[in-house]
Amino acid sequence: MIESALLYFFSAAAVGSSLAMLVVRHPMRVALALVAAMLSLAGIYALLGMHAIAVFQVLIYVGAVMVFMVYVIMLIDARDRAFSRFGKFLAPGGIGLVALAFVFGYALSGNEAPAAAAPARDFGVQPFSEAFLNEYWLYFELVSVLLVAAVVAAIAVVKIGSMRRG
Amino acid sequence: MDKTHLLVLVGGLLFSIGLAGVVVRRNALVMLMCMELMLNGVNLTLVSFAQRTGTTEGAVLVFLVFVVAGAEIAIAIPILLLLARARKTLDVQAYAELKG
Repeated sequence: MIESALLYFFSAAAVGSSLAMLVVRHPMRVALALVAAMLSLAGIYALLGMHAIAVFQVLIYVGAVMVFMVYVIMLIDARDRAFSRFGKFLAPGGIGLVALAFVFGYALSGNEAPAAAAPARDFGVQPFSEAFLNEYWLYFELVSVLLVAAVVAAIAVVKIGSMRRG
Repeated sequence: MDKTHLLVLVGGLLFSIGLAGVVVRRNALVMLMCMELMLNGVNLTLVSFAQRTGTTEGAVLVFLVFVVAGAEIAIAIPILLLLARARKTLDVQAYAELKG
């Protein structure tokens, strides 16, 4: 009972704070709304029993990505006082959002009996890492290559920028 | 409403809102954050289906999405910093001549 109430609460919080991202003006407030949405998603993951994913969501997204983003917002004066909040695609973007939401709602509103749910499984760190390193080791290695490439590319971008400035 | 239905609907809504934010907003940093929101919506869909079917593949894919999002941010933020330094603004309209 309390579990489904919490699920509804976290879903509403995620959708509400991401809608707030669309309308608030200052980038710092947008970042805080995104942090709220990500924390609500972490709550949903924890409610579903995916504790490893919930911890990764808080550590990687809220802890690393959003801290980086907030740091950049403070570094450059990101207040968009000089130009309006919305670009010239406001009307088509809004219509597209409403149409997409309607399509998703219509496709998922069917009340056919759901297929029998699989028995609840433990989604702790151990089965996750066993599956990761036994079956999906190739993707693990590819991801490490991707991370190295990203680090090298970030350094290269910064180097080129400083060479431009002389 | 079934739990998986609700979560897939929320994931789709997060993806649509993120897409609308990328289309509608003018601040490049805000557009970047809306892209993160799209990735989060996809993650929620993956997690709810993985929990429904009781498999670990979805969780592995979510972890890969985390890593790709981190790499994307690590590249995109320096590029944005250089753009902001070159034009003194984050307005994407100021870079309109970049189109082909």
